[in-house]
Amino acid sequence: MKIKVFYDRENKNKTIELYNDITVKDLLKKMNINPVTVIVSKNNDIIMEDEKLNDKDNIKIISVISGG
Amino acid sequence: MNCCNQKPIIELSAGEKLCKSHFTEYFESKVFKTIRQFDLIEKEEHLGIALSGGKDSLTLLHLLNKLSKQNPKIRLTAIAINEGIHDYRDKTLITAKEFCEKNNIPLHIYSFEDEFGMSLDDALKILDVKPCTICGIFRRYLLNKKSKELGFTKLATGHNLDDEAQSILMNQFKNNIQASARLGPKVGIKHAQAASGTGSIGNKNFVQRIKPLYLCTEKEVTVYAYINGLLDNFNECPNVSKSYRAQIRDMLNNFENDNPGTKYAIINSFLQALPDLKGRFKDGEINSCSNCGEPSSKDKCNACKFADKLEKAKVTVKS
Repeated sequence: MKIKVFYDRENKNKTIELYNDITVKDLLKKMNINPVTVIVSKNNDIIMEDEKLNDKDNIKIISVISGG
Repeated sequence: MNCCNQKPIIELSAGEKLCKSHFTEYFESKVFKTIRQFDLIEKEEHLGIALSGGKDSLTLLHLLNKLSKQNPKIRLTAIAINEGIHDYRDKTLITAKEFCEKNNIPLHIYSFEDEFGMSLDDALKILDVKPCTICGIFRRYLLNKKSKELGFTKLATGHNLDDEAQSILMNQFKNNIQASARLGPKVGIKHAQAASGTGSIGNKNFVQRIKPLYLCTEKEVTVYAYINGLLDNFNECPNVSKSYRAQIRDMLNNFENDNPGTKYAIINSFLQALPDLKGRFKDGEINSCSNCGEPSSKDKCNACKFADKLEKAKVTVKS
């Protein structure tokens, strides 16, 4: 399946191709993002790494790193 | 282990999974406990809050505003520094202004341009220095100087556990352990202690700084900011990727991912060693700059040295 993801650090939407029944953890691994450095929201609610995703979800990856 | 039957939103490094309402309770009680544990705020204070408009300082101001409403003798004033970093600070300052207006908190903004005659962006065009070095020196100088002018009893900053763990490692890796003696949740001493010569490292011209978010990880602060509507669009200083701190930050985050709890371990072991460090380096009394009177370990403070360099570079560019 294909999942649309917005990654705020890069300020762009990406389409990521993944197997069905994938989790947030799998998605971050595929995108090479350290889970310590982000929080992930689905339809504006924060979700955990073990949450399963489907292709209709509105996924945002929010960086915890900011400032200087 | 889940806290209750509600959906969890965060897993703590100890393995506990918390829902939105239990996380809020956990986070707020941790910050207020930190304030009590390290005696950060007294019954009557005029606190300055160093506000950048980023998630850390907004979260800090949001929580201290709650505290101030319960304790009217704790007065808050926000202070912001506009370094002049195009497409970064101009944006975060809009957020800072909006938050202060909405919450009726006075805000004072000082700029490098007004105070040193040039923005950071312009200074970097004519000076061959690392951005974070000159920025940090000028920013700390202005925060301390203006805090005194505004009559703050203390200056609260949004430094979190990640910031502190990075600073500890940076000082270790650069063999600068004396600088670590100036870290901790409360830095500097009160004027009365400085005048009588008691206490640790200090100078009567140095406004005591406190870090109420000291035991909160960057991720915890982000989650709290997100669920309280304090998180703006992603905004990272364009100079940060060049910094030594950013390298340490990335290394530490990779290590934390493989070994959860590492950052807490760094802070907890550091807090055990801190009294010894402060005792060992208390003879290194900080003096005052012969030019401006601000705290300095040498005859002239670094801010005055850099201001001189800037003046000379300006003359060279003009001629």
